[in-house]
Amino acid sequence: MGELRAYAALLGGKARSMASYRTSFAIELLSNLGSTVLDVVTVFVLYRATARVGGFTLAESLLMTGLTAAGFVLADLVVGNIDDLKRYVRAGTLDTVLIRPLRVLPQLIFMDLPLRKLLRLAFGIFVYVAALVVNHVHWTPTRLTLAVVAPIGAAVFFGAIFVLTASLAFWWVESGEMGAAFTYGGRDFTSYPITIYSDWFRGVFAYALGFGLVSYQPALALLDRADPLGLPAWAGYAAPLVSVPAVAIAALVWRIGIRHYRSTGS
Amino acid sequence: MIRMQDLRKDFTVRVKAGRLRREKRTVPAVDGVSLTIEPGEMVGYIGPNGAGKSTTLKMLTGVLAPTSGEVSVFGLTPVPQRTRLALRIGVVFGQRSQLWWDLPLRESFRLLRHIYRVPAAEHEARLRRCRDLLDLDAFLDTPVRQLSLGQRMRGELTAALLHGPGVLFLDEPTIGLDVVSKQAVRSFLAELGATGDVTLVLTTHDLADIERLCHRLVVIDHGRVVHDGTIDALHARYGSRRSLVVDLDRPLASGFALPGATLVAAEAEGHRVTFALDSASAGEAVAALVAAASVRDLSVVEPDIEDVVARLYASA
Amino acid sequence: MGGIYASVLTISPGRPFRASVTTFGALVWSGFRRYATYRQATLAGSFTNIVFGFLRCYVLLAVAAGATGSRPGGYDGAQLATFVWVGQGLLTVVGIWGPPDLSDRIRTGDVASDLLRPVPPVTAYLAADLGRFGHALLTRMVGPVIVGAIFFTLTTPTRWQTIPLFAISTLLAAIGSFGCRFLINATAYWLHDARGPLVLWTLGSGVLCGLYFPLRLLPEWLAVTLWVATPFPGLL
Repeated sequence: MGELRAYAALLGGKARSMASYRTSFAIELLSNLGSTVLDVVTVFVLYRATARVGGFTLAESLLMTGLTAAGFVLADLVVGNIDDLKRYVRAGTLDTVLIRPLRVLPQLIFMDLPLRKLLRLAFGIFVYVAALVVNHVHWTPTRLTLAVVAPIGAAVFFGAIFVLTASLAFWWVESGEMGAAFTYGGRDFTSYPITIYSDWFRGVFAYALGFGLVSYQPALALLDRADPLGLPAWAGYAAPLVSVPAVAIAALVWRIGIRHYRSTGS
Repeated sequence: MIRMQDLRKDFTVRVKAGRLRREKRTVPAVDGVSLTIEPGEMVGYIGPNGAGKSTTLKMLTGVLAPTSGEVSVFGLTPVPQRTRLALRIGVVFGQRSQLWWDLPLRESFRLLRHIYRVPAAEHEARLRRCRDLLDLDAFLDTPVRQLSLGQRMRGELTAALLHGPGVLFLDEPTIGLDVVSKQAVRSFLAELGATGDVTLVLTTHDLADIERLCHRLVVIDHGRVVHDGTIDALHARYGSRRSLVVDLDRPLASGFALPGATLVAAEAEGHRVTFALDSASAGEAVAALVAAASVRDLSVVEPDIEDVVARLYASA
Repeated sequence: MGGIYASVLTISPGRPFRASVTTFGALVWSGFRRYATYRQATLAGSFTNIVFGFLRCYVLLAVAAGATGSRPGGYDGAQLATFVWVGQGLLTVVGIWGPPDLSDRIRTGDVASDLLRPVPPVTAYLAADLGRFGHALLTRMVGPVIVGAIFFTLTTPTRWQTIPLFAISTLLAAIGSFGCRFLINATAYWLHDARGPLVLWTLGSGVLCGLYFPLRLLPEWLAVTLWVATPFPGLL
């Protein structure tokens, strides 16, 4: 309990720090909302030119976009700022984190929780719910469960990707924006039906890295559509489980990373 | 209380070998340090840049894991037991802040109370004491980013002590401070050490910190301990002396001798002379000079830490 | 180009023109050198540009495949692919999302030392940015374009004039983007930190410059307004 209160205090500190930059914070809040809005608008714009992309209608695509938006933004809100790890490693801020009686990852998360992304989360959920409505999903108890679990699974999966790509900084401080290829890149990948990608690219992102199970498969299950790429129908229901190995790998790599930092210094 | 046994830390660095090739090379930052520090001691840890001071401190606080050797603080091994140890030690990095940049000092302290899970009454009592001793009241409600370096350092000291640690590690706590702030920090630490409740380990480049605060001086160079003892023992061992620089109205009479001191330089046609103080105290030497000559101005120059350390290299 | 020379003249009004050019050149070179030291970051950045190139290219090609006559907005597949990959290459060259140096320096107060130098700060920052531009042109442009050419059919310019025109327009875009970023960063003088405006900029510029999709896919009234009234389309 004491530990939880400590994290709550860290979060409170962050909130009060933000309050001293009110104008900037307000602009950030809005522009962050704007970025998710624009992602969705992009989908609408592209569908102005065509009725189907990769064999899917606008409404169907929107379900994947919405599922991704809700899950990704939740992950980005909670652990997205772990991306700054490379800055902490370079500036030596990680040392001040290591002298406190708390665990490193939660400390980094709560020290700098990007509250400016809150509105964005609301919008992401709105798009997801709206997409569920316009698609006239044929509701069953299993589908209802899936509809709730899928965005959470997506969030956990993206969270794991954030931690994994951030851990890169323990070995490679100059990794720059490389992590973005998989975090933001992953989000872009899962925002569209994966049928649009070429075989090898889909093989890497969708199946080897697991992004295909984040939004595409659950969306198929919710829409009651067979996978044109040939995976069985139950795959959609099992898909959120992909976040379990993802978290396990992320946790392992993080641990090894911290150990590496301690044995090499900054 | 603090024990280091044959402690080593190697860093691998990549050095250029030819146009594109890079070679890995192992550099020992701390090369077999063994030290024991008893409760209540005040230990100054000095050495040139890159000697391994900060690396040692980081191993004692659990930030870095040793390559080999043993280290324990309060019987805890810092790396696997970092969080338990953190509750019992205080750390001040002179070049890094653990305060919240955008928040008033008071808020930072309040947050630290939660992080270290300190009961409110204890927190209040300790904060009260620091406020009195460090004169914090004037800027307790100022955001940290607006504090002067001296004010911030006083805040950092308080932050490191609010959970009542048994050891305080200070990495260059007076770096960059003005004279007044240095004094404030030193007298605070002196008072803290005098209670005997807190063991102090500090690294510094400023010999005055050591002279004012530390009974024991550990000199480290190239990762090895080259001296461990009192500051007097160090000066005695390397013959470093304080000196007295005197400006005179008229040059000294030839053959003038100052008991317990040696004339080492005469400049400006004998209007400025420098004596090295061998056995005489500054007071005795000044008294003897004033009695024998017309003194316009004088100053006592401390032996330079860099000089002492330089001599240590030569003999190491 | 006129813009550069006009500001060069103000570097040292009392000294001959040549000295000013030399100063400016030295500043450009130092900007170039600064980025040349981050070789690994350049590599990492190119990798990211390339991954996003694939993502955007596949999406646009899928749109083209479904569009009537396979020509959304009047572009064919090869033109769209070229648009994406050259865009990915240009992204860092033009530097729409360039580093927020100025606002950081304002926040920390380091900007004071810039004001002490005998070179007007705007000129100095422009010179450094042109150095960055030169470095990016040599390093960051090539990767995405080559990868794009390997995996997709790209169009090659049919008229020789296209190449010098492209080069000039790139340089002008870089200067334009510098101007915009300088203004955004300068909001830090009032707001302490320019993060809010910067995010707004990153976002607005990305879409409005046509990074996500060609602007012609927008309804015509909107596209025309953007072309005429905002600096964005001119940047990419």
